[in-house]
Amino acid sequence: MVDTKIDLAGLSLDNPIIPASGTFGYGKEFAEFYDLDVLGSISIKGTTREARYGNPLPRIAECTDGMLNSVGLQNPGLEAVCDTELKDLAELFHKPVVANISGFSLDEYVACAEVMDKQPNVGIIEVNISCPNVHCGGMSFGVDPASAAEVTAAVKNVTTKPVFMKLTPNVTDIVAIAKACEDAGADGISLINTLLGMRIDLKKRQPVLANKMGGFSGPAIFPVAVRMVYQVSKAVNIPIMGMGGISSTRDVIEMMMAGATAVQVGAANLVNPYTCRDLVTGLPGAMASLGIERLADIIGIAE
Amino acid sequence: MKRQYLVIESIRRLKNDVYYMTFTGDCHEVSAPGQFINIKVGGFYLRRPISICDYDIGHISIAFKVVGAGTQKMALAEKGDLVDVLIPLGNGFDVSKGGRNPILVAGGIGVPPIYCLAKDMVGRGEKPRVICGFNNADDVLPMTKFNEIGIDPTITTMDGSVGMKGLVTDAMYDEQYDYVYACGPEPMLKAVWSLAPDGQFSFEARMACGFGACMGCSCKTKYGSKRICKDGPVLYREEIIW
Repeated sequence: MVDTKIDLAGLSLDNPIIPASGTFGYGKEFAEFYDLDVLGSISIKGTTREARYGNPLPRIAECTDGMLNSVGLQNPGLEAVCDTELKDLAELFHKPVVANISGFSLDEYVACAEVMDKQPNVGIIEVNISCPNVHCGGMSFGVDPASAAEVTAAVKNVTTKPVFMKLTPNVTDIVAIAKACEDAGADGISLINTLLGMRIDLKKRQPVLANKMGGFSGPAIFPVAVRMVYQVSKAVNIPIMGMGGISSTRDVIEMMMAGATAVQVGAANLVNPYTCRDLVTGLPGAMASLGIERLADIIGIAE
Repeated sequence: MKRQYLVIESIRRLKNDVYYMTFTGDCHEVSAPGQFINIKVGGFYLRRPISICDYDIGHISIAFKVVGAGTQKMALAEKGDLVDVLIPLGNGFDVSKGGRNPILVAGGIGVPPIYCLAKDMVGRGEKPRVICGFNNADDVLPMTKFNEIGIDPTITTMDGSVGMKGLVTDAMYDEQYDYVYACGPEPMLKAVWSLAPDGQFSFEARMACGFGACMGCSCKTKYGSKRICKDGPVLYREEIIW
């Protein structure tokens, strides 16, 4: 019998499989497909202090082995997320969740963190400083070590829950950003967010997305994600949630060997809603076939 | 709603770039005309959302237009192929909320779900009037399935090459109605909406998941944002914001 349990910044998870923020809503739609309790945790849709409608349509463009999105952090706002969505999710999923928060100023991050800190089913606060969809602010925090550190410290100051900083890959030196977050007190790092991309409609001779550019996700970005998780894991001493194009149990194992303690699964949920359940079910078999007894043993094993 | 493997029972070209495909398999969850399926096409990352044209517990049919590489690939499918679909998706039309004197209006590839609705209404003992609009004779879809259920739709074409010359709205001026069910391109829906005292309008949008998770197809309505895939594709007249 293989052991899929992992410890993530003090939280004991039954398995490392976590649906990624923005691809799983607040769980409701997926509860129609399977029992959410099989999952290690769930990273909820990114929450901002105020409600956001997001970007104009079209927001989706297909790519080879992936997709672009420019949803633009659509969410009902902090109050509605806590009063309704998190409470509803607690009925469907009986484990701690990852609360993904986003903001356009330090004040907004702090406001979200303060409130998420008080939510009983929030186990980890994941701070998105990387969403490439928002014109002002959102991008800048994650591309500069000093401002990434500033957000980290501000959020850490108002919560006792573990804080994971979610990094953008659209930078020249991901390690410098990760180290700045660690030095500022981050309990973990989530990476990678989507890569900035663009498609053009040949008939219309115009960008497919109304927002012109969007975040590239899906299996095509997996090697980039593995590389960045590997680089960051060698440089920091805090756990990593690895994500970017994961869609098979082999991907899960590879990402963990690169240095991830847990993994998040994003775009794959949208194509096959059963993906995360299938990964949880298939993981023991995949481990056994590779001679892995304890999943925790392979974290960062690749030299 | 679930993921299901359906078997292609038949595929044929209806007209130019429009194909008609029938499937067998477990379709018992389909509950209303206007619902759709999201089809996985080999070699393409995202599924293709296509409206249901006809259904019973063990069959569905769709009619789709080749608009890009994905639908081009679908057109090459063969009888006996196994297809991975999410079925059923969306709310569909609700005839219990309709008026006493309804009219059905379809444009182009919006015709198949309107046929599905007409058949449902015929099954309830009604005989709905239907208007189908197309660009020109090349685009006019066969009306055989309508005729089989005793309906002879009014056809309009922009160039007058078949039926009445003009838009579906021109044909609407000749009719009395208190409720409109419509499916077609957005400019058509908007024009029909402005004439309709009340009604249900089926929208199209680029989407990723098709089941309400990604927020890729959210639109603004008078009652807040709604997902075309999950809260739609059918929206009610009073909630639509153009």
